[in-house]
Amino acid sequence: MGNGETTVEKESSTERALDIPWNVVVHNDPVNLMTYVTMVFQRVFGYSKERAQKHMLEVHQLGRSIVWTGVREPAESYVEQLQAYLLLASLEKSQ
Amino acid sequence: MTVEVTRTGDGLRLAQLDLFFVELLRQVPVSADPGDSDAARDRIYPVASNDPHAAEANEEWRTYVHPELKQLFTTASETVREDLRTFEELDDSTDSWAFEIPTAHFDQWLNTLNQARLSLAARFEFQEKEMNQSGPRSIETARDLSLFQIHFYGFLQECLLQDLGG
Repeated sequence: MGNGETTVEKESSTERALDIPWNVVVHNDPVNLMTYVTMVFQRVFGYSKERAQKHMLEVHQLGRSIVWTGVREPAESYVEQLQAYLLLASLEKSQ
Repeated sequence: MTVEVTRTGDGLRLAQLDLFFVELLRQVPVSADPGDSDAARDRIYPVASNDPHAAEANEEWRTYVHPELKQLFTTASETVREDLRTFEELDDSTDSWAFEIPTAHFDQWLNTLNQARLSLAARFEFQEKEMNQSGPRSIETARDLSLFQIHFYGFLQECLLQDLGG
């Protein structure tokens, strides 16, 4: 019983560690067209054109934009999808 | 140098191409290949994290994700290569060629054009200022030609994106 509780606590601890919010970050590069980046955000995240353009402009003007925040597994999937469109995307732990 | 771009029922038609532009188009899948350039390969296949403590996660990314990306990029590039077999010579006396990008292949073209632009930019270390200019004033070196390619491929991407509603 005691051992079982300990195991459960360990699992919960691990789950909490994995559930720390993760940011999907897109970084600026001088090559990708602004219209292309906007289209990719619309396709990958289903964002409206206005929201996609807001993130695109953040990337362009500030050098990076956090385009999504959440648990690790979907965050990794989003980074992979963005890289498949050749955007410079990475994963980072949310502060 | 002019290129006529028109929308047809089945795709995007490029006409009035001279042999220079025909060759630039034939170079799309060639330029897309990062080849032996580490800079180009690192740009086409980035890691998942910039955190210096994420070496293990990045190694896993290289092992599991990069092969999937490579498969996707290779498939897109092969589609473009196949499409490029369909050039029509309209008038051999005026050196005028035409070519159509099928609507169903727009995504593969966008992807391969992007691979080519990114590979060339990384290989020749073009800076943002050069990318924002309208292109080289003259083409005298391989670097000038590559910058012209990047701008021409960007123009094609804009045409495809307009058609996709971008």
